[in-house]
Amino acid sequence: MDTTLPPASQPSDVLMEPPSDLMNDPLIEPFSSLTENKPTSKIVSEPSDDFVDLTNNLADSPEDAAESVLADVAIDTTEIPLDEPSDDFVDIFGGETEAPREEVVIANVTVKAAAAADKSEVTSDVTDPPGDLKTGSDFEQEANETATDSIIDLSDDLLSSNAQKPPLASDQFVDPLVDFLSDAPPAADAKIPSRATVDLFEDEGNDLFTEPRQTKSAKQQQKSLFGEADEDLFGEPLGATTKKPVIKEPKGKPVPTKAARDVSNMGGPLQDGYTAEPADIFSEEAVTTVPSIKKTSAVNSKTNGVHSEEDTDIFAEATVELSLDSPQEERKKGVPAVPSASAPSVSAATSLAKPQSASLEELDDDEEEEEEEEEEQEDKFDISISVKDPEKIGDGMNAYMAYKVTTQTPLPMFRNKTFTVRRRFSDFLGLYEKLSEKHGPNGFIVPPPPEKSILGMTKVKVGKEDSSSADFVERRRAALERYLQRIVHHPSLLQDPDVREFLEREELPRAVGTQALSGAGFLKMINKATDAVSKMTIKMNESDVWFEEKLQEVESADQQFRKLHVLVESLVVHRKELSLNTASFAKSTAMLGSAEDNTALSRALSQLAEVEDKMEQLHQDQATNDTFNFAELIADYIRLLGSVRGSFDHRMKAWQRWQDAQAALQKKRETEAKLLWANKPDKLQLVKEEIAEWEVKVTQYERDFDRVTATVRKEVVRFDKEKARNFKREIINYLECLLQSQQQLIKYWEAFLPEAKAIA
Amino acid sequence: MMQEGLDDGPDFLSEEDRGPRAVNVDLQTDATLQVDISDALSERDKVKFTVHTKSTLPNFKQNEFSVVRQHEEFIWLHDSFVENEEYAGYIIPPAPPRPDFDASREKLQKLGEGEGSMTKEEFTKMKQELEAEYLAIFKKTVAMHEVFLCRVAAHPVLRKDLNFHVFLEYNQDLSVRGKNKKEKLEDFFKNVVKSADGVLVAGVKDVDDFFEHEKTFLLEYHNRVKDASAKSDRMIRSHKNAADDINRIASSLYTLGTQDSTDLCKFFLKVSELFEKTRKIESRVAADEDLKLADLLKYYLRESQAAKDLLYRRSRALVDYENANKALDKARAKNRDVLQAETSQQLCCHKFEKISESAKQELIDFKTRRVAAFRKNLVELAELELKHAKGNLQLLQSCLVVLKGNT
Repeated sequence: MDTTLPPASQPSDVLMEPPSDLMNDPLIEPFSSLTENKPTSKIVSEPSDDFVDLTNNLADSPEDAAESVLADVAIDTTEIPLDEPSDDFVDIFGGETEAPREEVVIANVTVKAAAAADKSEVTSDVTDPPGDLKTGSDFEQEANETATDSIIDLSDDLLSSNAQKPPLASDQFVDPLVDFLSDAPPAADAKIPSRATVDLFEDEGNDLFTEPRQTKSAKQQQKSLFGEADEDLFGEPLGATTKKPVIKEPKGKPVPTKAARDVSNMGGPLQDGYTAEPADIFSEEAVTTVPSIKKTSAVNSKTNGVHSEEDTDIFAEATVELSLDSPQEERKKGVPAVPSASAPSVSAATSLAKPQSASLEELDDDEEEEEEEEEEQEDKFDISISVKDPEKIGDGMNAYMAYKVTTQTPLPMFRNKTFTVRRRFSDFLGLYEKLSEKHGPNGFIVPPPPEKSILGMTKVKVGKEDSSSADFVERRRAALERYLQRIVHHPSLLQDPDVREFLEREELPRAVGTQALSGAGFLKMINKATDAVSKMTIKMNESDVWFEEKLQEVESADQQFRKLHVLVESLVVHRKELSLNTASFAKSTAMLGSAEDNTALSRALSQLAEVEDKMEQLHQDQATNDTFNFAELIADYIRLLGSVRGSFDHRMKAWQRWQDAQAALQKKRETEAKLLWANKPDKLQLVKEEIAEWEVKVTQYERDFDRVTATVRKEVVRFDKEKARNFKREIINYLECLLQSQQQLIKYWEAFLPEAKAIA
Repeated sequence: MMQEGLDDGPDFLSEEDRGPRAVNVDLQTDATLQVDISDALSERDKVKFTVHTKSTLPNFKQNEFSVVRQHEEFIWLHDSFVENEEYAGYIIPPAPPRPDFDASREKLQKLGEGEGSMTKEEFTKMKQELEAEYLAIFKKTVAMHEVFLCRVAAHPVLRKDLNFHVFLEYNQDLSVRGKNKKEKLEDFFKNVVKSADGVLVAGVKDVDDFFEHEKTFLLEYHNRVKDASAKSDRMIRSHKNAADDINRIASSLYTLGTQDSTDLCKFFLKVSELFEKTRKIESRVAADEDLKLADLLKYYLRESQAAKDLLYRRSRALVDYENANKALDKARAKNRDVLQAETSQQLCCHKFEKISESAKQELIDFKTRRVAAFRKNLVELAELELKHAKGNLQLLQSCLVVLKGNT
């Protein structure tokens, strides 16, 4: 993300202008006209549509649009659409008027939006034209009148959600909204499903927001262009939606795979984690808002190249594939390549499209379930993976183990229901490398594979067919299986194309850099070392108590698990020892029995030997049980806790980047002040530009940080739940094994007792 | 410092399996002379046993009395039997092994040193563990000594031994001392000579099929029982280790469980509780196997050695007798010292016959005793194993019900 952002932000600044211009000047009219023209319209839900209609005076009757919207709305829950309009208003106000304090009715939202707006305003040193304010407040009044109900709903919602998680809620809530509205057109183009929008906004929103004002005068001439563009944008979509809602779907999908991935990953956590929290609001909001945007999008590519270009910039990663005037066909081509997996988000976005509504509801349900009970996950991710048949391939030190990875799933994202591929151990490591590189910085907890073991593998390579190497291979096989299962049961990681490729593709390019003793391995070690150093040097004054506590919890859990693991391993060792000793005792007893000259006693002794033989097997099985159901479970969690810490570290890094950017910005400001004092206008301009640039970065990094924070939080919550469930399941499993072995034991001794009694 | 009464820690061994009856090797108990060890004190490097006697025999001044004896005095009594020619035809009850608390003490000391490095719970757990171990060794020692006395008291001839009576009755220190270095060295040489001699003697073909058979049997049996005893010790040790591990896992889980008050923590606490109980059962299993199996085998290791010694004495007597016969023949041929040779021959003959006569009975008794003891112990072992396994099963079942209900 980070690497791609700076370039992306630059163009976006420019691009962001149109909206602001648009909003400030041309749109203001429409607002008032809107309110005048359509005071009766109850459909406040789609203000943007309305604007569009009004500004364009399009032939498409707004009523039509309204109806269609309404109809769609009807399909969805009623609350959602109701929220929406008020959001929009709020945003518009926030973005434009700057004086939202009177807006008591929309209490929460507006105040926050305004606050956000204030903030950005302050940084950009630009004063808004009073006229805007006025019209804005006019409009606001209207809006209030028309949308009182919905607004109240919204504020209720907000209140409740805020009450639960105030800091987070406010942050996240405000941002997207503000961004969203001020940048409506570009956002529209993205057509990115709910999650996407949220994301994008978080990333870019402020840039858009702040930049334009500064450079406004300079770029005045662009206004008309954009105004037009917007008009088009806004105007067309209505028709698009009403007439061909189906089209939207394929369009939604093509959203470049990468974006979809990122989006789903980022959005995923947000949505899943907090049931009654901003995430919900987001998703709801997004669901409703995006469609309206999307309507515009349908036309987008046709009507104005400018826009789509903007889009590509803004969603640098996301829409790279979109050519300037990408026809729908082209996009459609992308569909097969794109996982239908992004369906949840996509279809969420297209919720208003009628054909989709049914599936949407399903998906929504799914999501809700997921939010409420992660237990449902197993149903949702109906996918089972087995790693089998470890096989040594090659000879000597070049030998390696290959495993059969079999996937069984009815999920439509896979080509077949059952498929098997052969993977070698380094492929598993390679998958992890890819995943952690991609998702680690975003705060995801990527399940780690078992470590490379030079010792264990060398034994296998040398080809000693002893029990310890067989044990090693079996342990590793099981660990790999659990590793893959964890990945595919992670809602976001499952969507990753690399995961799919790993599971599906016949031949996989050889993973590089996974060898422990290679140059890459060495580099990795150095990187780790520098990471460790920088980790120590970063002094993060943790403002979030939750994280502080969690970190401590994780650390002490890690310690405890390590201890426990050592103990369980020693139990395994002792049990194996016991098994061996029992075996040799059984032999001795048999010998003693044969030496005994009393027939009955001799017989009883050989019976005892048999019992001991069976006990040996029991102990052996028990040791296996100890290993696979207990020790390995703990080992897994030691590794996983490492990943959890890794995600905490990534959050810290994001924080550090933000802080660094802030410091840099501070420096620039000082320079600016000095230059002002020195009265050097030429340099001043340069510095101002730099300041703007840094401001963008600061907000962007702050958002990054917030996003990573939210993700980590969600992931940790998910992790904890998983952990609890996993432990319960495994330990119960373990105890059941114990129970069985006790039952066997009883059987054996019961059989022996009469023999002992028969000694005479 | 370390003072342990026998009745401490009632939890460790329940009534049924405690005490000397662990290895009951006697055929019949006779109400006329009953000996037990009623108490024992462990002091720094010695154990003081309170030997309690109940008797209706006229040799004793009282019907019931107690004296305090130490391990060395038991050894003295045993040696006096061995050295007594009169008893050559009997299997001398094997002497009890020397109390060995060193390993346990050392561990306890180490624990004290490592006190700072572990949590309080761990420390208490370890301490309990070691104390239990110490107590177990202690009880075993006491039991072994008691078994020795009971065997003697039950023996038709040995019970009348004067030394034995003194040992039981004289309420002062017998002022026997441990053997000094010189004596130990002598003993060592005696043993070397004896075993070398034993090999020589063993090569002599016995005229009596019974003894020939017993000889081969005992030779093999002794080796087998030695092996089995060593193996059972190892098995039990690893069983105890496993039980200790479970104990530590329990306390580790407990720490995990007390970190928080989440569901999972409660779960951990429950599992910890279960492990704690399982640990108890497992160590009981190990302890019972130790008592019923390992101790039995150990006892028969020593007893078979004693039986082998008897056979050796008999073979020795036989060789002596044959030599005397040869000497007599020679004397007769030379017609010199005939009378002396005759008396010597007769003496040897008498001795051999006497040994043979009692030895036969002793060996038959040994077998009967052995079968009875094995029967009793194996039955008890099986019953205890069953009891523990059932207890464990129940524990697991009820715990699983709770845990499953929780999830």
